[in-house]
Amino acid sequence: MSRVGILMRTTAVRLSALYLVLFSLCAAFLVFYVTGMSQRLLDQQTKDAVSAEVSQIEAIYGRAGVNGLLRTLERRARQPGAALYVIAGPTGEILAGNVASLQPGLLDKEGWTDEAFAYQRYTDETRKDRHVALAQVLFLDNGLRVLVGRDLQEPEKFRVLVRQALMVALGVMGVGALIIWFAIGRNALKRIDRMSDASTRIMAGDLSQRLPMSGSGDEFDRLSESLNAMLGRIEKLNEGLRQVSDNIAHDLKTPLTRLRNKAEAALSHNTSIDGYRGSLDEIINESDQLIRTFNALLMISRVEAGSSAAEMSDVDLSQSVADCVELYEPLADEHALALEAEITPGISVTGNRELIGQALGNLIDNAVKYSEGAKDARILVRLSRRDGGGVVVSVADFGPGVPDDKRDVVVQRFVRLDQSRSKPGTGLGLSLVEAVMELHHGSLALRSTMPEAAGAKGLTVDMIFPQSPT
Amino acid sequence: MVSHMKILIVEDDLEAAAYLSKAFREAGIVSDHASDGESGLFMASENSYDVLVIDRMLPRRDGISVITELRARGIHTPVLILSALGQVDDRVTGLRAGGDDYLPKPYAFNELLARIEVLGRRKGAPEQDMIYRVGDLELDRLSHTVKRQGRELLLQPREFRLLEYLMKNAGQVVTRTMLLENVWDYHFDPQTNVIDVHVSRLRAKIEKDFDQPLLRTVRGAGYMIKDEPKAEGRAEA
Repeated sequence: MSRVGILMRTTAVRLSALYLVLFSLCAAFLVFYVTGMSQRLLDQQTKDAVSAEVSQIEAIYGRAGVNGLLRTLERRARQPGAALYVIAGPTGEILAGNVASLQPGLLDKEGWTDEAFAYQRYTDETRKDRHVALAQVLFLDNGLRVLVGRDLQEPEKFRVLVRQALMVALGVMGVGALIIWFAIGRNALKRIDRMSDASTRIMAGDLSQRLPMSGSGDEFDRLSESLNAMLGRIEKLNEGLRQVSDNIAHDLKTPLTRLRNKAEAALSHNTSIDGYRGSLDEIINESDQLIRTFNALLMISRVEAGSSAAEMSDVDLSQSVADCVELYEPLADEHALALEAEITPGISVTGNRELIGQALGNLIDNAVKYSEGAKDARILVRLSRRDGGGVVVSVADFGPGVPDDKRDVVVQRFVRLDQSRSKPGTGLGLSLVEAVMELHHGSLALRSTMPEAAGAKGLTVDMIFPQSPT
Repeated sequence: MVSHMKILIVEDDLEAAAYLSKAFREAGIVSDHASDGESGLFMASENSYDVLVIDRMLPRRDGISVITELRARGIHTPVLILSALGQVDDRVTGLRAGGDDYLPKPYAFNELLARIEVLGRRKGAPEQDMIYRVGDLELDRLSHTVKRQGRELLLQPREFRLLEYLMKNAGQVVTRTMLLENVWDYHFDPQTNVIDVHVSRLRAKIEKDFDQPLLRTVRGAGYMIKDEPKAEGRAEA
């Protein structure tokens, strides 16, 4: 499409075209209305003047007869800017007056001429000079006919002048609109072009590109701003997805490789039944770990799919937390950690007991795993109401904690801060907790257990549930 | 542990079914096989089985509908559902339809075997017994007391329930997930050896100061409480 073609399609140009059409219609109406009104006014004035003169002539004829009438008309006809005067015989031939020729048939009817007519004066030099007038015809009782009229040149001139003035004004406005049109359209088009250029680059794969902003805060900027925010979100999700697939590659391929290596090693080295048995045990353990990772991934996507995937009911949270603590207490004990609970009784939430239990289990399990070298060999599980409404379950450990800048990261799938991945686990624990909290319309928050401590600050994870129904 | 049990496997994957049949035969269990829902329903209605193992997704008639129809016909053979679907809602759906137990795929055969033996034994099991006895160990379900050789042992409430479940299924292998499900009512994978820790605590309480061990670890499967000399049947399930 040509550039003008594109220009014609821009919204600004279309809008201004619409405005121009509407404006022209109004202006045209105005022209016709003003000229029409002024013409009617002038016509009325003309008619009034003619009527007045006709009654004067009737009076003169009645008083002074034909001779008096002739004299009076003769005198009046010679005055500058005089009206039209014609005295004609009974057959319509012009006997006296200041008119050379008339439109034929005008004098056949008494009273106002039906419409304006053309005539020529004696003073006109050529036959081409024709004038238009309005007149009244008077039949005298002696058969003479008298025509008194007024030239319509003045009102006609006025009307033409008004019309011309309005036309010129309209023309100027039209040209102005065209220029503004072009400027606005071009400007809009340029900005749109810049935006589509940026989108093309983004589509080509450069997700770090952003749409241009002029800084004026107008509608284009607002659009760019929200699109940019959207792009930021997409970039983040995309980044997350890429990381997940990298991690899947690592976390699933690594155990698969180990599995294969073990099977190979068993085939080539083992000679005894016991050796085979041992290798097979290892292989089963390895595949169990794989299944575990798959299950956790499936679980997360199921939970993220929303509440339809899990039955929600009233859950006695106080009881659930106590159960979970009771379940994990021996585990903590085995790691020489004290698992302490502070549970506010009688708290219930709408939720899925199974999922809440699993989420809390993950947190306690994490706390046990990462309490190594803790200053204080204990884990504190606490259930309480929050000041602003809602309920919070927190699991606090006194281990090395998580650096402030890593707290967003650890929630992501497969992220484990120890690069060696020496501790057992899928790297999906916190992701599942977050998904579970989202399902419960709650949130997950990570903070330091001892923010003011130097070195090991510990980690506290809060599972925040919204306002409970009771 | 040969139980002369007869079960029906309704599974459309022929290879999996063949593997199961062979493994069950080795464990002393006779099994029939149906490869779709309709024939599974027919066989389960016409013959008498101790346990039905039904896959969730089957051709011609899905597993849940087979169970619903069986229950509607008044056939109350215990059913174990196998499913490759997820965990959260799927288990509830299966149990609500009339299934007695549920096992997600992929599973360990030992897990399946242990559950089938528990289900099969349920038929006519002394559910109303108020006192469970294994050797010189005695558990009173009414007074919530445990005695060994007449000496009362002090157990925590959860330890009591753990022992109660083990003794109810005395002589049978009970897996870790079965314990988590039946004692704690949780169905997720705890990812750690929490159950082992609980069992070893319980074991310390019931075996300390006594010569004969009762609670055995069955390698690759779970636990079993049994009054038997310890030398026999190790590492076998």
